Amino acid sequence: MRFAVIVLPGSNCDIDCYNAIEDVLEQPVDYVWHKETDLTGYDGIIIPGGFSYGDYLRAGAIARFAPIMTQVEKAANEGKVILGICNGFQILLEAGLLPGAMRRNDNLQFICTTETITVENNQTLFTSEYSFEEELQIPIAHAEGNYYCDEQTLVALKKNNQIVFRYKNNPNGSIDDIAGIVNEKGNILGMMPHPERAISELLGSTDGRKVFQSILKNWREQHAAS
Amino acid sequence: MYKAKVYVTFKEGILDPQGKAIKGSLLTLGYDETEDVRIGKFIELQLETVNKVTAEVRVKEMCEKLLANTVIEDYTFEIEEVEQ
Repeated sequence: MRFAVIVLPGSNCDIDCYNAIEDVLEQPVDYVWHKETDLTGYDGIIIPGGFSYGDYLRAGAIARFAPIMTQVEKAANEGKVILGICNGFQILLEAGLLPGAMRRNDNLQFICTTETITVENNQTLFTSEYSFEEELQIPIAHAEGNYYCDEQTLVALKKNNQIVFRYKNNPNGSIDDIAGIVNEKGNILGMMPHPERAISELLGSTDGRKVFQSILKNWREQHAAS
Repeated sequence: MYKAKVYVTFKEGILDPQGKAIKGSLLTLGYDETEDVRIGKFIELQLETVNKVTAEVRVKEMCEKLLANTVIEDYTFEIEEVEQ
């Protein structure tokens, strides 16, 4: 399974994501610069965390129009696996690939801690290796992670089982404690916590490994079947 | 040449933590009349369009596509003719 890690001006978790694919999955992975216009050779796409374009205007608002994003949208429509972490999640929201928007954290602080999050749906391409309601220790680091959507959207998210992760002790004011959601089709996951920073005991937690392992396992199963 | 002044604010009912903090500070300063504070953005654009109507159409498009996130924000704008 070949992975692309998108690199935008201001990405700062691209190397961590690259290492996660190499170390946890031992799969081929490339950095893909935001000005590239081809993602056809890739099976999985990661939009990493950071502060693309300095978070100018709104986090993700400018990155969303980077040339590579047309290809990300195309890959999304083809059903390819797309994982947006932190700023990557914000970009997916701005692009309309996931519903809702991010607001400033309700305490106005940049929060950099390790949070307990629970797996609310382990029937996704990204979480099948976890057990239901498993508690994970995953770092967060953001100022705009206060997820918002209108009531109608929230009802739909619940009905379609799109809420994948919830915070145990909501740190930022997110609606319904939401830490991560998938699209209706289930091939796009956006999450504020950083699983790529929780892949080794040296980093303090290994709880993020199964996000990557789930992606690979499901991809292999799909491709063995076809 | 036209000048557009775009104002972006949070929609009614969207929590505005910055506004809330500023309100707290104003009350501390003794401005007891402060009922509510909303923070927004002000964006000024210089535009070269054939007429004002075109400028309005284009600015509306800019707001919808980029300048505001209509999930959480509202926008208004004014356009005036200016000398080059």
